[in-house]
Order: sequence, then C-alpha cells, then structure tokens
Amino acid sequence: MATEVMMPKLSPTMDEGQISRWLKKEGDRVSMGEPLAEIDTDKATMEMQALTDGVLRKILIKEGESAPLGQLIAIIGEPDEDISSLESKAQAPSPAKTEAIAAPEATPAPEATKEETASAPPATATAASAPAANQPEGNGRQGEVTESSTSGRLIVSPLAARMAAEAGIDLRSLSGTGPGGRIIKRDVEAAMSEKGSTATAAPESKLRAVQPLQAAAVSGASAFRDEPLSVIRKTIANRLITSLGPVPHFFLTTEIEMDRAVEMRLSIKALDPDLKISINDIIIKVAAAALLQHPQVNASFQAKAVRFYEHADIGVAVAIEDGLITPVVRSADQKSLSAIAGEVRDLAERARARKLLPDEYTGASFSISNLGMFGIDEFTAIINPPEGAILAVGAVTAKPVVREDQVVVRQIMRVTMSCDHRIIDGATGAKFLQTFKKILENPLYLVV
Amino acid sequence: MAVITIREALNQALREELQRDKNVFLMGEEVAAYQGAYKVTKGLLEEFGPKRVIDTPITELGFAGLGVGAAMVGLRPIVEFMTWNFSILATDQIINSAAKMLYMSGGQFKIPMVFRGPGGSAFQVSSQHSQALESWYAYFPGLKVVMPSTPADAKGLLKSAIRDDDPVIFIEQERMYGQKGEVPDDEDFLIPLGVADVKRAGTDATIVARSLMVPLALKAAEELEKQGVSCEVIDPRTIRPLDIGTIIKSVKKTNRVVVAEESHPFCGVAGEISAEINERAFDYLDAPVRRVSGADVPMPYAKNLENLAIPGVEQIIAAVREVAYL
Repeated sequence: MATEVMMPKLSPTMDEGQISRWLKKEGDRVSMGEPLAEIDTDKATMEMQALTDGVLRKILIKEGESAPLGQLIAIIGEPDEDISSLESKAQAPSPAKTEAIAAPEATPAPEATKEETASAPPATATAASAPAANQPEGNGRQGEVTESSTSGRLIVSPLAARMAAEAGIDLRSLSGTGPGGRIIKRDVEAAMSEKGSTATAAPESKLRAVQPLQAAAVSGASAFRDEPLSVIRKTIANRLITSLGPVPHFFLTTEIEMDRAVEMRLSIKALDPDLKISINDIIIKVAAAALLQHPQVNASFQAKAVRFYEHADIGVAVAIEDGLITPVVRSADQKSLSAIAGEVRDLAERARARKLLPDEYTGASFSISNLGMFGIDEFTAIINPPEGAILAVGAVTAKPVVREDQVVVRQIMRVTMSCDHRIIDGATGAKFLQTFKKILENPLYLVV
Repeated sequence: MAVITIREALNQALREELQRDKNVFLMGEEVAAYQGAYKVTKGLLEEFGPKRVIDTPITELGFAGLGVGAAMVGLRPIVEFMTWNFSILATDQIINSAAKMLYMSGGQFKIPMVFRGPGGSAFQVSSQHSQALESWYAYFPGLKVVMPSTPADAKGLLKSAIRDDDPVIFIEQERMYGQKGEVPDDEDFLIPLGVADVKRAGTDATIVARSLMVPLALKAAEELEKQGVSCEVIDPRTIRPLDIGTIIKSVKKTNRVVVAEESHPFCGVAGEISAEINERAFDYLDAPVRRVSGADVPMPYAKNLENLAIPGVEQIIAAVREVAYL
C-alpha cells in the first residue's frame, strides 16, 4: 500500500517546513529510517527519515518550497502501484484535512491547555498526554504511521510515559527523537536533567556552597554522565566546525581585581611560611569551585553526547624544554588550597623531568594556562580536546581603575576563556566567568 | 573440566543414565548397529546390548507409540528421531498419546520418556529437512521442550530430561553437534528444566536466543559492545516451561528486547516471548520487542538462499541498534 509522506514536526515550534534538499530522487528505493530529505525548520535544517520501506514514487513539494505541517509532500509505494488517487488528493487538498491541521493554530483554547499542563502536577500531566485523536495510529515498522505528532497525538514509549509521569514532566513539552517523533527514554532523561539544572540555576546571584575541603578519596579521573546530543547542539556543532575547524573556539575576556586574592595569599604565608600558595593555585581552586556551579562548562563534546563531569579535573599547562604538557589536578573541587599547591608543584617538577604517567596528563575537564610570569597581559589559548574550555591567565599588575568615581590603584589580572562552541554558548561561558570572577575577587566564598 | 563436543556430551548423558537406571532404554532408526546417524549413540549397543539399544524400522508413528506404551508400564524410553523433521509422522503419538495420557487417565499413567534428535537447519538439506518445530510441540500442554546450546547444557539438560516423569521433547541443533565446550565431569551434573541461563550480562538491551542463535547472539553482543551497546544474552534453554521471570528481570533493567530464533516468525516462540513481555513488563519497554526470525519461506536448497533464510549476526546487530534507537 502506498504511504503518504507528510511534512513532519521537526521542531517544537515549527508550523511549516521548507524542503532544503531531497536526498532521494523519484524512483529511488528507500528503506525505513533512511534520510529522505533535509528540511529547514524555524530552528535548523533537519533530516527527515523515511518511515517505511518502498520506492519514492512522487515528490510533491520541490526543493525550496514550503509546506505546512501534515501536508502531503511525497508518496512512497511499490514500483508498479497505482498512486493516482493520492496524487489527485495532493492537487486538491481536502478541506477537512487542512482544517484539522489549522485548528490547533487558529483556536486559542488548546494553547491555553498547553500552558496549564506545563506546570501541572504529574497526574494531570499524564491525563493530558492521553490520546487526543481517535484515528488509529501505531508506530510499527511497515508504514502504519505516516505522520506523528502532527496530528496532535503523542507517540511515547511505555517506559518514557511512566518516567515522565513519575518525574512530573509534561510529555507535550518534549520533542521525541525516536522514529516518527516517538518520545523515548533518552528524551525524558534529557528533560529531567534540564529540569534539574534550570531549577538550581534559577537564583542567579546566589552562589552554591563550595565543596567541603576534606577530600573524599580521589582516585583516577572524574566520573561523568553522557547526555545524548540534542538536535540543536548537533546543528550548532556541525555548522561551527565547517567554519572554524574541528573545535570551534570563541573567546571571552574579563578583568579581575586581584587585591583580595593577593592579600589572602600573603595572609596565608604570614600564618605559616611553609605553606607556599601561588596565585595560580588560588585560580585553580576558584576555577574548580566555579566549574561545579556551571556543569555545562565542566563538560566535553563527544561524538553523540555531551559529557558532563562530576568533578573538576583541572589541567595546568606547564612549559617544558621543547614544548608543554598539562598535568591534571584531579577533583580540584574537593581539595584544599595547600593540597592543590603541593600537587601542582610535584606534577610540574615531574613534568619537567618527563616522569609523568599518561593518566597524570590526560583526561582533564578544563585547563588553565598562565603566562603571567612572562609579563603577558592577556592572550588566547587553544583548547586541549576533548576539554570544553581553557582559561588563559595574564599577569597581575597594578593599574589605575575607576571605583566609585575615583581613580584608584588596583591589582588587575585579565583572563580569556576559550570555549568549545559546540557545547558552550556565549551566555553559558559568560555566566561561568562571572562566577569565577566573583569568587576570585572575594576568595572568602571558598570557605563559606 | 573436560572440553568435549555437544555430540560427546549427549553420548555421555545417555551412557550415564543407561548405567544408572535399568528401566532406561533407547530406540530409533540406526541408533544401535550404525551407532546413530549423527553418532550420538556411539558405543551404546556394545555396552548395553540389543535389549536396551534397539534399531527400529522406518516407522516413526509405530516406534513412538511403542515408547508411549513402554512408558505406561514403567519403563523410561528414549526415542530418537533421525531428525525432528521425521517426527511429523509421529505427532499423533506424541501429541495425542504422550502429552495427554497423564491428564486423560486421571493421573494413573505418567509418561516418563524423552523424544530426542537433531532439529532446525542443517547444511543444504532443503525444505523438508531443515525445520525448527519447537513452537509446534511447545504449544501443547503436557509436553516439555528443551533446546540446549552448549555441551554442558546438552549434558545436564538431557540427564534431567531422562529423569523427568513427563514426556520431554529434546531438540538438538543439527549444525551444532561439533561445537566444543567445557563440561563438568561429575556424574550427577544436572541442569534443571525450566531455568534460563544468562550467557552474558549487559545493561542496554536484552537478546533472548536459543539453540543455534545463542553463539550468534553472543557474537553480536561482542560487536555491539565495541559500538557502545551493552547487551544481555539470555538462553531460556527450556522453551516449555519457559523461565519468563529471568527474561522479565532483564527487560526491567535494559528496557529493550530482541528475540532471535531460526524458526519461522509466524506463531513462533519469539512471538510468544514477546507477548509475555508485553503483558508483564509493558511499562518498562522503551521500544517494541523486536523479533529476528528465519525467513517466512520453506528453506531454500541453494546455498546462497539458505544463508539468507537463516538469521545471522548482522541481523541481530541491526535489530538491537533499532530498539536502542541508534
């Protein structure tokens, strides 16, 4: 039986799509799951997959043309099958069909329901996700479904439905990544972690308490969790690397007042002359604290996922005779300043002696490169893949600055963070740097 | 532990049970003088004599019936079919007599007997000689159906089947007689009927496989591991009674299932397993249960077509990737 290919809903907010490119010609054999066309939505160019096996008999919407959701755009069938009735249907779109599709857009009522259910408790959320349309719609393999969420009926795996109900997530707020837009486990998991992160990120200015200093036994690299790449992340990644090589960098610079940090360092020295803490050690500690508050930055881009690390494993660039190496301070978020200082010294010494073991200089989640000792004011560093970012630290210098309309002298340091744009966006990086700056300018945050 | 073939493991099980219980006897075409068409009964005539290892004429219905009668009066017959394809002639005795006798006699006659022989596909023996009939026999209440996939399972399960008081359909895979593996030397090594075996543990998808499909599923799991998909491979070993508990436990962990079988898909064992999962673990499924079955055609004779008709590692991998949405 011939199968109608409809304009699918490829972004949660699209109401029409433009055919960017057909990947199959009329007469080509297609199999289920194979990319059929690229479609420009309001958000991105998306691949549309065939939902059935057969021969692409007819293309009804040409490249560059647009069609509303649910409109017939192609026909898949057997090579010798009569598809004239479907073709004529395409030429004279049935009013009933158009109306059905237009309805949710035109009537404000369903929109209101949507708003309500978004914040509804679990029970309501499940009720809201009950089938709305009564047309039979499976999601089997042999073309039982030609349209998915376009009809308003949600397709959800049983497990995903149960998980969403338990977590109080409105299924209508999700877009499914399974066949035919089916909402599956990974979609709910992604929503759950997003929910978790927005919940904690909400009170912007309040800083979370920094991790306790008594280090739990730190062994090996940080644990992590992989979250499948979302469609938008994938598109951002693909587009940016065509512009700027495999790791698309962008740079954020800020000026940090270091007076209190310098003072802290001197106070510690006064307390115990044996405690040799450098400004760089403080920077490592502060970066680790800030990273834990910005998990998106303590992350790396993987082939199919964004990897979020539980701890901040900080790579510290060390110049050695004919190059440089970045030994790693594991779980710096859990270590005291003195522990970090001791470790950095030991690692740097062994790095210069070329005595580091491979797992001591690989697998950082973030790196710091400091050229302050060479009098460099500011510079940009190159990310050490697969890390998500690197912080280039300049020298601390006394400079005239304006504070409360007065020109005063302050110890100023400029830092520039290079970010992997595939996972870190401008605002994400900027928020991290804001936290970093805030803690470094008020290092007491490290102990409160 | 000795490393032996499935053929040798079955031979050991027969010998040990013939030694252990004088009521056990063996009968079938070519089992005695010729020592078995597949040499599973090698040396048994010499050791136990012609009263306990008996060559029959080519009359499947006749000697199956003889076996049922012998079982009714207290013996423990083992009836070998040269292949399960020939059991089709004996189905009246198996299904109407052996399976129903205990029930219809109000418990007066138990039928402690084993029907055994090679089943499934072989090498280019065409449509009539390449059939996987387990779904036929598993359909009937009163029969137990066993399908081993390793030498140890073959030995432990056959010994249990011979000691069992119900009629047991014991299907050996014709291509697998030469498969080697470790087998415990213990004479009382038994594997209980109705207990599945987790052949490989995993977290992302469950592959339920039996008989010929078990080694293929393990190979697929190995390949999938490299692709980042951790598969659990479960061999039910006994098709009836089915150890659905072990399967459900795994499904609740992995949320995705592929059932592999060499038999035809329609009304098959995979369909039954899929229905059980659907009824018992619906809320744990993230994808429809996917079957990988033999082609829905009589087995072709041509070698290239025969290869296409039997599921391979690639199909299992593709099915797992499908349920894992990769």
